[in-house]
Amino acid sequence: MLGFLVRRLALAVLVAFTVSAVSFVLLRASGDVAVAIAGESATEADIAAIRHQYGLDRPLAIQYFDWLGNALSGDLGRSIFFNTPVSDLISERLPVTVAVGALALLFAVTLSVPLGVAAALRPNSPIDHLAMWLAVLGQAMPSFWFALLLVLVLGVWWRLLPISGTGTFAHYIMPAIALGYYATPAIMRLTRAGMIEVLQSDYIRTARAKGLGTGRILFKHALRNAAIPVVALAAVQFGFMLSGSIVIESIFALPGVGHLAWISLQRSDFTVVQGIVLMLAVIYICLAVVADLFNAWLDPRIRVS
Amino acid sequence: MTIQRDPTLRAAAAILAAGLAAGTAAADKASDTLTVALDMEVETMNPYQSTSRMSLIASKMMFDTLVWRDPKTGEFAPMLATEWEWVDATTLDMRLREGVTFQNGEPFDAEDAAFTLNFFSGPEAKTKGQSSVDWIESAEILEPFKIRIHLKAPFPAALEFLASPIAIFPKDYFEKVGFEGFETAPIGSGPYQATEIVKGETITFVANPNYFTGGARPAPKIGKIVFRTIPDLNTQLAELMTGGVEWAWRIGKDEAEGLRGMPGLTVADAETMRIGYLTMNAAGTGGETPFTNLKVRQAVSHAINRQAIVDNLVPPGARLIPSACFPDQFGCEQDVATYDYDPEKAKALLAEAGYPDGFEFTFDVYRDRPYAEAIIGDLAKVGIKANLNFAKYATVRDALRSGGSQVAFLTWGSNSIGDVSASTSNFFKGSADDTYKDAEVAAWLTEGDASVDPAVRKAAYSKALKKIAAEAYWVPLWTYPYTYAFSEELDFTPTSDELPHFALTGWK
Repeated sequence: MLGFLVRRLALAVLVAFTVSAVSFVLLRASGDVAVAIAGESATEADIAAIRHQYGLDRPLAIQYFDWLGNALSGDLGRSIFFNTPVSDLISERLPVTVAVGALALLFAVTLSVPLGVAAALRPNSPIDHLAMWLAVLGQAMPSFWFALLLVLVLGVWWRLLPISGTGTFAHYIMPAIALGYYATPAIMRLTRAGMIEVLQSDYIRTARAKGLGTGRILFKHALRNAAIPVVALAAVQFGFMLSGSIVIESIFALPGVGHLAWISLQRSDFTVVQGIVLMLAVIYICLAVVADLFNAWLDPRIRVS
Repeated sequence: MTIQRDPTLRAAAAILAAGLAAGTAAADKASDTLTVALDMEVETMNPYQSTSRMSLIASKMMFDTLVWRDPKTGEFAPMLATEWEWVDATTLDMRLREGVTFQNGEPFDAEDAAFTLNFFSGPEAKTKGQSSVDWIESAEILEPFKIRIHLKAPFPAALEFLASPIAIFPKDYFEKVGFEGFETAPIGSGPYQATEIVKGETITFVANPNYFTGGARPAPKIGKIVFRTIPDLNTQLAELMTGGVEWAWRIGKDEAEGLRGMPGLTVADAETMRIGYLTMNAAGTGGETPFTNLKVRQAVSHAINRQAIVDNLVPPGARLIPSACFPDQFGCEQDVATYDYDPEKAKALLAEAGYPDGFEFTFDVYRDRPYAEAIIGDLAKVGIKANLNFAKYATVRDALRSGGSQVAFLTWGSNSIGDVSASTSNFFKGSADDTYKDAEVAAWLTEGDASVDPAVRKAAYSKALKKIAAEAYWVPLWTYPYTYAFSEELDFTPTSDELPHFALTGWK
């Protein structure tokens, strides 16, 4: 297990390096940062002055290693546009993204796992069809559209929830539903498929023969096994959610990391984008490790091998 | 670029706007708090650290400038400076107002004015809007309330810059708290003080009870003004309907139609100083292209149905422009050669130029894709195939400057400066943006920029603009209007400087 973990981490670090180098080059190839900083009315001389002041006239490789050296010692540099340390910008905005992501995952799991189990218990029943329709709808409906519908119905017509911002807990409900619903179909289909397979297995028949109650069979024996791929999937989905949904954060005016990444990309604020890319790489690595550990806890066979 | 610019999203937005008509607007006049929606956040409270419009809008709330430019008439009036005099073309003397205090109680005097001008035009400050300050050589203190500004070269637009981006900072306070401290607790002498800043979300401004009287800008009328960052236009509209915000701007044509006639809301269209244009690489800075041929440029000018695009795609309030500048700018000659929509003539000109079957080129565009697509359609009708290259502004500008761009669709806001030196001179005076390399035009513009005599300037600019039109270096397109929607209880007047002046706004 330990060797497995070390190998995984080494690979992940390598991935993080590659991602940061590639994103650095791509970002800098996509337009002159100095032009973006100096603004529309700048002359060539103004831009040259900016380029020099910000050290953008140095060779690209030197700029990259400079950034990398600082990043390894925990200094992600300063945002060109906000003129504040990138680590401050990210730490200001990460809590919003984490809160929405966690709530969205909670919503997705509480909706999709019971539905998936119910659908698996009675295949081709009305409840299975209902679950199927929910899944199709979730896959087919773009998240911005669903979010706008929520705004229209819950925010404007019924006035049940605040439309945008982060003032209270109520502000997070619509974003969590909009973001979580997108993850629902995949989790539900996987739960249903897993449950159907497990329920037909021998040990469930044995458990039934021993006279165990349905609830006990379902939750102690069947779901525990069916959940293994679901956990892996949920971890990936959570990673997506933490990478901050640009669309959801924009629509609900949430000052999160996703929106920060979006505006920084538009303005070639490469230190911020680099910082976020690094943060995401680390988050994915952590989530993968956590999912592995969780699965090992669920399934003793993983622990042994 | 915001998300709502995507065509599919725009369609969705139109449906939503129709649905929103069921709601009603509510204003917050009772609590004397105005909440406004802005699509981008104010990324810094120090206007010298930014070139964005949002920071300029915030700067107008918190700070005063030496000179006030009346946003309606364009006239200059006293603000922190009470009177000024050009000693010669590169020396400007200014007498300063006595009895003004900054929001922290620090009294304003020549020390503050000279410090601001010297520090933010120097290299140490890393000022981002270099063009706003790079004309300043130095400022010296003549008396406790009098300064002398030395210019590097004659610069007739100096007052424009002193009236807009150059906010006067409190010297002692800024030196004490530095850039970082100023970011969290900015202090100016302006009508509003920023009292609470929630990063990425809101900025709360409270009226300055000690705002000086006797200047051209009146005392603040609204007690509290809150800026809310709401990136998505549909969300802004939903908040507007439900009373979450009382003011929004840059509303699209489709959405605005849904809002007009709604109870409780005022929808206003107003022209801004921003103009749209096609630039053609007439000098062939990146090698010979069809556009180095005058007849081809004239053909392109005749091929585009500008009126149809303005009527059908651009929001109300736009007008066609004949010349390479914003019509109300000083020196913007309107009596120039024009090219009416005439596809047959365009085809004939192309044939004369040796392209009877047309040709293909790459069309660089960074915004307003629907307009660009309409232009591409018009060009196709005369046989010219334009291949759209949609890229970021910086990328298009790079391509233009390196000679890699043949034709680009660009817009220009002149930094809200009402003078041709901020528009035409930017492009035709031999800078990197000058892909026309017309020595005669450059000489006329230089003459106009260097003189402080209005008659001399006007005559020089007129000659330059007439030749630019005759040579069809540009296809001047239209002005960019903004559509505003706000609570009917709000007494707000849109202005052409692309700056909503909340400090001048009151309740009805």
